[in-house]
Amino acid sequence: MSRMKLFIPVFIFMVMAVMLWRGLYLDPRTLPSVLIDKPLPDFELPRVEDEALISKADLPDEPFLLNVWGSYCLPCLQENPILMAAKEAGVVPIVGVNYKDKLNLARLWMDDNGSPFDFSIMDADGRLGINLGVYGAPETFIVDGNGVIRYKHIGVIDYKTWDEEIMPALAAVKAEATL
Amino acid sequence: MRRMSALVRLLCLSLLLSLGAAATGMWPQVAVAAVDAFEFETDEQQRRFRQMSDDFRCPMCQNTSLTGSSGGVAEDLRREIYLMIMDGKTDEEIEQFMLERYGDFIFYRPRLTVETLLLWFGPLLFLVLGGWIILGIIRRAQPMTQEQVALNDEEQQRLKALLDNVKRD
Repeated sequence: MSRMKLFIPVFIFMVMAVMLWRGLYLDPRTLPSVLIDKPLPDFELPRVEDEALISKADLPDEPFLLNVWGSYCLPCLQENPILMAAKEAGVVPIVGVNYKDKLNLARLWMDDNGSPFDFSIMDADGRLGINLGVYGAPETFIVDGNGVIRYKHIGVIDYKTWDEEIMPALAAVKAEATL
Repeated sequence: MRRMSALVRLLCLSLLLSLGAAATGMWPQVAVAAVDAFEFETDEQQRRFRQMSDDFRCPMCQNTSLTGSSGGVAEDLRREIYLMIMDGKTDEEIEQFMLERYGDFIFYRPRLTVETLLLWFGPLLFLVLGGWIILGIIRRAQPMTQEQVALNDEEQQRLKALLDNVKRD
């Protein structure tokens, strides 16, 4: 028995090593969203394109992507070609949330890089962002036809995340809608 | 000699314990003041604002409170707290507002739930465990008393026999 006791430090070491090893591969920036399966917050904000006031009722009544972006945001530029391709292929409607940006800069950005959005909501003071639990662009939500948030991706969308995360999650939401 | 090694072990253990305490965040955080031009009607409102800005964590620049962060979202959240305080909202209502949007992460002082039990009482657990080990070490390192050392008749006989043997050789 007392000989077994000699192995206690080794045992503790192994438990700690496994935990710390796993910890190395956790991304502390990916916070679980508490808003999954909650309805989108209400808002009444101008559209970037024409400054017309829009609200929740003006959002698509089919599953769509809600992409939080800003002209100052480099990763947004990085993911733009993927979103553009999705728009051109007619995969899914994309609505932008122009987060804490300036109207003229946002329009300039869309002129320069192309707009993958059906339209963009102008959230200049970031209040819609707060209600969405946003903490920095880019963030992308999948919203179903009933205006309920079903999925959230934090950070840039690359081809891998598009294929392995966004598309499957979107397919699941769409499949449910046709039931 | 025995005592010496017990002391060394005790020192090592206490070092380990304090490391554990540091890792679990028992040391106080250093807050840095941010510059905001908010005007309050009462000192109490200002005190509550400061308190809450310290107690909420910035979701963007993690490991900084809202007070210490100059991130865009922290600025917005400070503004929301300010507006809610001026609107006469209670601390509980403001905490609820944050919780609904950012989850438990937003609290620097985590709420006491089943999931955070280990977080709250882990250090205490380590303290009890450490105390228990120290007690064990001290008890074992105690010098023996006269009675424990004293030989009974039978043992005296054996000792005598052994000594006689030695002498004969």
